[in-house]
Amino acid sequence: MQWHYLKRRIVNFIGIALTLIATAFTLFWLVWILTTLIGKGWQALDFSMLVQDTPPPGEIGGLRNALVGSIMMCLAGVAIGAPIGVLAATWLAEYGRGTKLAAIIRFVNDVLLSAPSIIIGIFVYALIVLKTGGFSGWAGALALGIILIPVVVRTSEDMLLLVPDTLREAAAALGAQRWRLIVSVVYRAAMRGMITGILLGFARISGETAPLLFTALNNQFFSMDMSNVLANLPMMIFQYAMSPYESWQTLAWAGALLITLSILAINLSLRLFWRDAKKGH
Amino acid sequence: MKFNEFKQNAANSRRMGDVIFQAVTKACALFLLVLVFAIGWQLVVSAMPAIKAFGWDFLLNESWDPVMGEFGAAASIWGTVVSSLIALIIAVPVSLGVAIFLTQIAPNFMRRPVGIAVELLAAIPSIIYGFWGLFVLTPWLAEYVQPWIYEAFGNWPVVGVLFQGPPMGIGLFSAGLVLSIMVIPFMASILIDLFNTVPTQLKEASYGLGSTRFEMISKVVIPYARVGIVGSFMLGLGRALGETMAVTFVIGNAHILSPSIFEPGTTIASTLANEFSEASGGLYVSSLLYLGLVLFLLTFVVLICARLMLWRLTYQAGGKR
Repeated sequence: MQWHYLKRRIVNFIGIALTLIATAFTLFWLVWILTTLIGKGWQALDFSMLVQDTPPPGEIGGLRNALVGSIMMCLAGVAIGAPIGVLAATWLAEYGRGTKLAAIIRFVNDVLLSAPSIIIGIFVYALIVLKTGGFSGWAGALALGIILIPVVVRTSEDMLLLVPDTLREAAAALGAQRWRLIVSVVYRAAMRGMITGILLGFARISGETAPLLFTALNNQFFSMDMSNVLANLPMMIFQYAMSPYESWQTLAWAGALLITLSILAINLSLRLFWRDAKKGH
Repeated sequence: MKFNEFKQNAANSRRMGDVIFQAVTKACALFLLVLVFAIGWQLVVSAMPAIKAFGWDFLLNESWDPVMGEFGAAASIWGTVVSSLIALIIAVPVSLGVAIFLTQIAPNFMRRPVGIAVELLAAIPSIIYGFWGLFVLTPWLAEYVQPWIYEAFGNWPVVGVLFQGPPMGIGLFSAGLVLSIMVIPFMASILIDLFNTVPTQLKEASYGLGSTRFEMISKVVIPYARVGIVGSFMLGLGRALGETMAVTFVIGNAHILSPSIFEPGTTIASTLANEFSEASGGLYVSSLLYLGLVLFLLTFVVLICARLMLWRLTYQAGGKR
């Protein structure tokens, strides 16, 4: 009998120890990746990077063109994806609540949410780039916008559903039309959460590389022309990391550190300030 | 009469606002359905020349020779499946362990910081994993891990075949490991949500019957959530199958079919990423899009199964999400 209890306690101890090891194993990679990034990118990262463009091999340069291109495409992506996402979520949470169609759309949205971004990339390539005959910043923005939509739908719907129905009923009792009620009462109540969702989506698309390979490509020079190939950070990191030149690789490390720090900063601050915000899976 | 008409008009125009708003929101919601069909349809149309040229043989043909105009997907599909399976073999027990630790075992003051750290790992873009994998992880694997595995298992019958080849670091094994590092936090955060839906009464009842903590977890929490657990693993698989940048850096990009996981290989996504920009000629581009279509079908089948298994978690339990 004594042995039986001892065995159960030993199994319990081993089980708990294993979960602790699994957690340590996971955090180990996070620490390793961050220390590598800081170790290799920190010295390379300085202020002159923001005013110089990507250099030819062996020369000194910066990331200005890539940074500007990335920001432009991500903002355009948000401008395309966020309104569609918020409106679709509005239908799911308000008009379509409880209907079969809403359930189907929600399901499809969840599938899209985890669909590989490269699929969206080649879709936009086949749809736009092949037909218009050229890679462009707009095609990149469209691909990023499409990737953003399911993220925004998911978070916005969650936030809209958190708004208590009594608020809706109160507005309806005052004689507000349904759309008035949604725009002036429900949106206002859910605003913070929805903006959080859009910002998390922005953080997500800003690191996307695969879809840009087939749409925006890359540009060595400074350009703000969205209808042509556009420089961007992820593609710059990809090309320079694969290059044989050490100065390019250093620049790629600096870019990698910059992009990771900004994404982690957005994620961290949103999570600390807004505890209920959940990113979609 | 006049006044009634006026009232009617006013009511109509106010109702118009609602009709328009509802129509616009519904159009946006339906856009999601249209999008999925448009993706599938566009890929089929663009891949048509290759589908006509190679048919089903495309899936079984190993050779990929742009110069001769001969294309087959077998090596890419093999690499995709093998690297994802390696990733899952590592990630399944680890993510389960992390989720159990964070929901059932860790003291309260640890849950939030560690949980946030895990989520941060999930937020790092995949290109960073690839970059780091190529310059830091693969040299380390080639130096320390692979020779050791070869020493230990290389001479075993049957299994030994898996570990043949020079320990270069680059290859299917490294790709699988990098994928697992990416997929662990992703699966863990779904599992955490899942385990949080297990009713406290069940757990308390189990303790009340004298269970140890481990018995409570293995006999109550895990059986309660088992369908969702499998769903989360499949969601992780879907992510691993389509992951591009992390794999492209470390897999070696060689169109060969080898049983050894230390040999370089290629996946569908990394073939697309590597060859698109230099692809010339209709059949080459079309074959790449055919490859994309295969990936689309593969991942969507896996993701649909995964979501069906997670259905209960998402739409019945809790209702909030």
